[in-house]
Amino acid sequence: MAFKQVPQKFTAKINPLTIGEGADAITLGGENVLPFYSFDAAIDNAPKIGIEISDNGYAANIPGIAEFYAGAETLPEIAKKAAAAPGVDFLAISMEGAHPDNGDRPVDECAKLVSDIAAVVNIPIVIEGSRNVEKDAKLFEKLAEALQGKNVLFLSAREENYKSIAAAAGLAYSQKIGAESAVDINLAKQLNVLISQMGVKTDSVAMNLGSAAAGYGFEYVATTIDRVKSAALAQNDNMLQMPIVTPVASETWTVKESIVSEEDFPEWGSSEERGINMEIATAAACLAAGSNAVILRHPESVATVSKLIAALI
Amino acid sequence: MALKGLDIFKLTPKTNCKDCGNPTCMAFAMKVAQGAVALDKCPHMSDDVKAQLGDATAPPMKKIEVGSGDDKFTLGGETVLFRHDKTFVSKNLYAVAVCENGIDEKLPEILKVDYDRLGERMYVEFLYVMYRGDAAKFAETVQKAAAEGRGIILEVTDEEAAKAALAVAGDRVILSGANASNYAAFSKLATDAKAVLGVSGASLDELYDTVTALEKLGNKNLILDVAGETVKETFANAVQIRRAALKDNDRTFGYPSLVNLHKVAHGDAHLQTALAALFTLKYGSIIVMDGVSYAQALPLYGLRQNIYTDPQKPMKVEPGIYTLNGADENSVCVTTVDFALTYFVVSGELERSGVPLNLLISDAGGYSVLTAWAAGKLSANSIAKFFKEQEIESKIKSRTLVIPGKVAVLKGEIEEKLPGWTVVVAPNEAVELVKFFKEFVKA
Repeated sequence: MAFKQVPQKFTAKINPLTIGEGADAITLGGENVLPFYSFDAAIDNAPKIGIEISDNGYAANIPGIAEFYAGAETLPEIAKKAAAAPGVDFLAISMEGAHPDNGDRPVDECAKLVSDIAAVVNIPIVIEGSRNVEKDAKLFEKLAEALQGKNVLFLSAREENYKSIAAAAGLAYSQKIGAESAVDINLAKQLNVLISQMGVKTDSVAMNLGSAAAGYGFEYVATTIDRVKSAALAQNDNMLQMPIVTPVASETWTVKESIVSEEDFPEWGSSEERGINMEIATAAACLAAGSNAVILRHPESVATVSKLIAALI
Repeated sequence: MALKGLDIFKLTPKTNCKDCGNPTCMAFAMKVAQGAVALDKCPHMSDDVKAQLGDATAPPMKKIEVGSGDDKFTLGGETVLFRHDKTFVSKNLYAVAVCENGIDEKLPEILKVDYDRLGERMYVEFLYVMYRGDAAKFAETVQKAAAEGRGIILEVTDEEAAKAALAVAGDRVILSGANASNYAAFSKLATDAKAVLGVSGASLDELYDTVTALEKLGNKNLILDVAGETVKETFANAVQIRRAALKDNDRTFGYPSLVNLHKVAHGDAHLQTALAALFTLKYGSIIVMDGVSYAQALPLYGLRQNIYTDPQKPMKVEPGIYTLNGADENSVCVTTVDFALTYFVVSGELERSGVPLNLLISDAGGYSVLTAWAAGKLSANSIAKFFKEQEIESKIKSRTLVIPGKVAVLKGEIEEKLPGWTVVVAPNEAVELVKFFKEFVKA
């Protein structure tokens, strides 16, 4: 008696969301099976990997990253190097320097910086906010205008500022919107409903459900993503069928395991190696739960996660 | 579940005698159907009926124990595919592969990783010893491995070599070597040695047939080697086996899995980290790696601890004084709750500030700050009680206490309960702590 396989193919599917322009455009989502369950049905669009830089450049305190970007002086040069890293699908620019407590870079200057980057980079661009809701509202309006025609994903539309971001980026300049919520399926759904009520089509929206480093409450992340995927596929909930984009690096490169020095914890070994493994393990866990894209910083992590995806699809 | 409560109820004595601890036979039958109560709690059912019902009401995935006594390892026994449906019960375990000739150089590295995280010991639980043709050498290596107090997995298909190794492997041993051609002999070997039998197959069909044959021989103490030729096939096998057991009620595949990354991702440590994370979420029971360095262990064991927490029970840290950044008795005190996530986030930020601080964790029921406050578990009284129990005032000379911004309302009350102390209110969010304490020291 042979094993009877029961494929689990859903009639509902995750919305396909295309970002970028021309030959380098990528599509997130579109699948009608659980993550990497290609034995149930073909997965057309493999999960994608973004490499993260910021308006301030790159994380120069990490030896491997500094080495990778060596020779790149200006932001466009850094962006070009990032975009050329093996395994990269899109470029994520974190606007951390625009935060009022962290340099407060003026909106116009930010617009100039990202325009200069967009002029030299062909792969799709994802913009991450400054983590200040008021500033992001003003900032994204300007950036959406500056990046017209580039089909950019603006990742950080939150409950407090989604109105101005959806109106400017989503409606006026036809960019893509990323709805950011904090690891809670109900909040995620509510924000999607609100954004769609503004007139933004649901297939122009991605979700950032929030993240955590492995060991730091990751069970909430895994369970939220699990439940969102289950609602989207099994219950055909069209307010949760947006593809999921998870910024991983910003969580993993701040935890103790990644940052304490080897002098302080000699038995733990190289801090860079710890940081890379933390980034890889967290990214792999996000993808296993159902993220359609992850955002990473270290080129070695990008290469490894790219290998993982290639091996599974 | 295959059987409904009513089907079971028909076979009960229907006397409502309460001997099983339930008010009625109907209530008992419903619980049995949910898997909440074992059938043998009813003393009045005939053996015939029990046998008839036994298979149908058995849990969909067997719980397999490696060894006996206090130091045994438990695998499987899962009832759900997703932790939010109930909880996962048996955390996945790690093994490191060693060749019959390779143990001496590998062992020190393996033993190095051994630490405590939230009261759980984090170490490589199993050594996976591979037979390469020299039975004497194999047995010698197994003996060395067993002497280190870890469980042993034997990868061997040679009967004589297996027998010699089993004799020296201790009692926490998995004999991973049964396949379609040798299963009868290996089943006997494993049963005689009280070892769990690892089964593999060239395909899921072959594996399925071999397990069916082994069960016919009466051996239900199995673990399934899910490794295929590729990573993709291995993942597909792990998912399909677990799903068949838990979703489709196919008990033939209701056994724990063995995922051999040494086989499918040999020599690539970073890829193994990624795969180990994947299989921690999706259905690996034992994960075999080339090695587990601290850099790999820290995220992987942390992830495992997260995924295998019961969603109904919050993770807690021990109440007490945690000294950060070389703090001493004169360093400022900071307090927060014992919810593990809060503790990790707060202590991480405090460490990043570089300021020497005494972090005081009181018992707040494992809740987050606001929840604990709302539930009355974090109050001026609870903090004062904690100070008394831990004799803080005799251990610490500083008289400054920083409290979470979210419970700023407690400031006055705490100052009343703790005369002589200055209470300072921290920011609302942990991310603001670094800035706060850097400026706090300057002031």
